[in-house]
Amino acid sequence: MSWRAVLRNVSGRAGRVWQRDLEVFLTTWKTNFLPPLLEPVFYVLAFGVGMGSLIGAVVYQGRELPYLRFMIPGVIAVAVMFWSFFETTYSSFVRMYYQKTFDAIVATPLLVEDVIAGEWLWGGTKSVVAASLMLLMMGLMGLVHWPSGLLVIPLAACGGLLFSALGLVATALVPRIDSFNLPSFLFIFPMFLFSGTFFPIDVLPGWARAVALALPLTHISFLVRGACLGATPAFWALSLLYLVAGTIVAFVVAVVLMRRRLVK
Amino acid sequence: MQEGRLAGRTSGLVAYPPMDPVPPIEAHGLTKRFGELTAVDGIDFAVGAGECVGFLGPNGAGKTTTVRMVTAFSPLSGGSVRVFGLDVTRHPRRIKARIGICPQEDNLDPDFSVRRNLLAYARYFGMDPGLARRRANELLETMQLAERAEAAVDELSGGMKRRLILARALLNQPELLVLDEPTTGLDPQARHMIWQRIRQLRSAGTTVLLTTHYMEEASQLCGRVILMDGGRILLEGAPETLIAREIGREVVELWNLEPGVEAFLRERSWTLEQAEDRLYAYDCEGGEIAAAIGERFPRQERLIRHATLEDVFLHRAGRTLREGQ
Repeated sequence: MSWRAVLRNVSGRAGRVWQRDLEVFLTTWKTNFLPPLLEPVFYVLAFGVGMGSLIGAVVYQGRELPYLRFMIPGVIAVAVMFWSFFETTYSSFVRMYYQKTFDAIVATPLLVEDVIAGEWLWGGTKSVVAASLMLLMMGLMGLVHWPSGLLVIPLAACGGLLFSALGLVATALVPRIDSFNLPSFLFIFPMFLFSGTFFPIDVLPGWARAVALALPLTHISFLVRGACLGATPAFWALSLLYLVAGTIVAFVVAVVLMRRRLVK
Repeated sequence: MQEGRLAGRTSGLVAYPPMDPVPPIEAHGLTKRFGELTAVDGIDFAVGAGECVGFLGPNGAGKTTTVRMVTAFSPLSGGSVRVFGLDVTRHPRRIKARIGICPQEDNLDPDFSVRRNLLAYARYFGMDPGLARRRANELLETMQLAERAEAAVDELSGGMKRRLILARALLNQPELLVLDEPTTGLDPQARHMIWQRIRQLRSAGTTVLLTTHYMEEASQLCGRVILMDGGRILLEGAPETLIAREIGREVVELWNLEPGVEAFLRERSWTLEQAEDRLYAYDCEGGEIAAAIGERFPRQERLIRHATLEDVFLHRAGRTLREGQ
């Protein structure tokens, strides 16, 4: 199955799958909205009041910043990754494997490609929801530069769709739900720590910086931090290009692998 | 039920004559291979409009695989299937829009209530929300689920879940209903209720294709059965015709054989089959086996009963359990 055929088989009906996931999410919206609202507050307490008092200032693009201001956009970047990746791995796997929801849907005029596209869009949507709520809280705490901070929302969509597609690639490949521990621990967790989220990657040795630059979360951190601080990150266009190109490739790979798994 | 179908054939006040009688299903040389295994081995069959056809066979016979190809779930390894005259490989969406599918396993959406299951499903068909609500209410009524409309799917009994799956399959007013083992695991009441609903649909003109390994189910519902084993079609025909042709009117089951009984039966060229401790004797030429035994061996332990589709099946597929089943 070629990538052209993949894209040809995706239709607007994917929106129905997205709508299904949204509807389920909204039935328990209170519990779903709570974490992204509270998380920034906890981070502020831990890193601003706690660790920040030890660290003092950080130099970012020639400006001295309190550590908290530097670090807090990294929290959004991490949420963008977590919310989509964990949605399209664990949650999509449950729908696909245990609930047989995908099977039920492809008995209607939808094709597997539509289902995967719907799940993908939904993963990205969750990142946008999380990032928006966090942005709101951080804004209320005076940690965001406006209006450039609003750019966080489209950036969350962009990064969210990338991690959503990567999650679907993992879902297409894993034999069992426990197998997600592997990509989570080898891929997601190191990124969480080393992608310029909690400290600038400039302090890393050269080889480690090169590795960090290859990781998608680094570029999300760059862009989100720039938006939150009202600065234009160096090479922002390259970072954006990386995210968009990566998303397209990961999505096509996800659909091809999913077809291989589901269509027998 | 009729509303959708009429709408498809009328334009303004002019009613077009019925379309050419394209058979709802037409398969030629239908083949499915999974690696080395040939699950369906080049079968030909057709299902006519308004027919109820049952695919029978043991587990692994290829029934479900056949159904999955007909409903555009599984790509074909060879041959062709046309549904409503459309090639399944080329027009899966158009075909799936016109059929209702009841899968073997429960794949209701556990994240939704009973009613929401139907409403979400209607959206996949692109149904208008108002129409979807009306259809959902009607179907919940017919399937006796109206009182449980707001319940979570997990709270339903097995029979209720099956009814909800059937309701879901009927949302789009399908011209062809495909049921994969619709009553497996149900208690007798629940099973009879499902049968009742299927019969109603049949009399309303819906074409039905079902798979089952319950011979009684096939006799109850199907005008024609297709017996499969090992990916091939063994036999095909109306249940009563098959029974008369293959078995005859009655079957005598014998056990604790008295000396001389078996030899006596063998002399008469009746069909004898041994399975474990039982000997089955029948004769489709109408031989009076029961009377003959009663006369000659009055104390021989025996059971005389009507021949069923199950006898046809066991006769053709063998009475003993095979490896891997």
